[in-house]
This record gives sequence, C-alpha cells and structure tokens, in this order.
Amino acid sequence: MRFAILVTEGPHGHQATDSALAFAGAVLERGHQLPQVFFYGDGVLNANRLSAPPAGERHPVRGWSRLAAEQGVELLICANAALKRGVREATLAPGFRIVGLGQLAGMLVAADRLITFGA
Amino acid sequence: MSLLHMVAASPFTHRALEACLARWSDGDALLLMEDAVAAALDGAVTPLPGNGPVFVLLPDLVARGLAARPLRHGATPVDYGGFVDLAARYDGSVSWF
Repeated sequence: MRFAILVTEGPHGHQATDSALAFAGAVLERGHQLPQVFFYGDGVLNANRLSAPPAGERHPVRGWSRLAAEQGVELLICANAALKRGVREATLAPGFRIVGLGQLAGMLVAADRLITFGA
Repeated sequence: MSLLHMVAASPFTHRALEACLARWSDGDALLLMEDAVAAALDGAVTPLPGNGPVFVLLPDLVARGLAARPLRHGATPVDYGGFVDLAARYDGSVSWF
C-alpha cells in the first residue's frame, strides 16, 4: 500500500516529529511504500540543517535525512512556510526539497493513505 | 467509509478527544497516542467511544512509565507496526488536534 505522511509541527516543541519518524520506519518495515513525506507550517523546521542538538540528544533533522538517504523517501517542504520561517535552499538538510503546494496535492492523489502528525 | 481517529493531545488539557467523539461513526476506531494515552488507563474518567475498538500506542505508554498500569476495558495496546496495520485496515484517518 502507498502511504503519505504530513508533518505540521517542528522538531523540538512537540512529540509529533518523533511519532512521524517512528511511523515512517514502521511503514517501510511492513513492506509498504512511502515515496514522500510533506512538511507544512512549523513542520518545515525539520529541514533546517543548522539544527545542532548537543551530543547524545535526539536529532530529528538527521533522522529525516537518514530516512531519505537509506530508503529513498523524498522530503518535501512547503515553499511559503519555509520562506516565512527563514528556511532557505542554503540551509536545507540532506534529502529535503522546497516545493509548492501543488506537490502536496499530487502526493495526496497518488497515496492510498495519508497520516498527519501535528499538534 | 471507516475511519481511524488519531488523538495525541492530553484529554486533561485539550478537547481533541471530545471533538473526535462528536464526529464518531459506526465502524470507526480510535488510536490514543502521545499524551492521549492517559485516556486509556484504568480509572480514567475521560469519555471513550461507546462502540468501536480503542487502541493505545504502547511505546508512548512505555515512554511515560505507564506500561505496567492496567488499561481500561476494551483498550488494546499496539506497537508502531500495529499502528501501520490499523492505518492500512481503515479507509482513512483523521488526526485530531
């Protein structure tokens, strides 16, 4: 089955990102497809490569980049939400791409299931 | 169309669970996760759906030190794999904030 995930919360204010990452891993472990994850609103803060938690602390930005590198999952972030929050091409973590909302529509049309993580 | 309702916010601070129950239909299921797992504990007085299955995300119970506590009658713990299975089994999902 083809899954899509929408993340609307930032990586450090709430558990939503951790839940989304764990769910994404489980989707792939179960043998389903997860072509894309879309980040909207404060969710675009997950794409900030300048995020540098102290050693030993959870590092969600790196978690997403790893998912992209190891599983080929596309990480799409909303252009307007990103601009608003100072997330630019130059600050994107590996695996993330800035796109328009049309890409979100495309992801929704192509997916069998959409799961939203936010707060 | 059967729905998996996902509630993550604590029932003590948010009205997400009540909002969800107000839109409940026969055949739907509820997944309590994150801070909402408190609603699945035995003795909790927050409302649950009168009909339909209730699931609770076990890793979120564990993270809060609540895994050893008895659950309310009818609440079934699931791991993330079980969460994925639920998402696949129901026609759609709604995340209540």
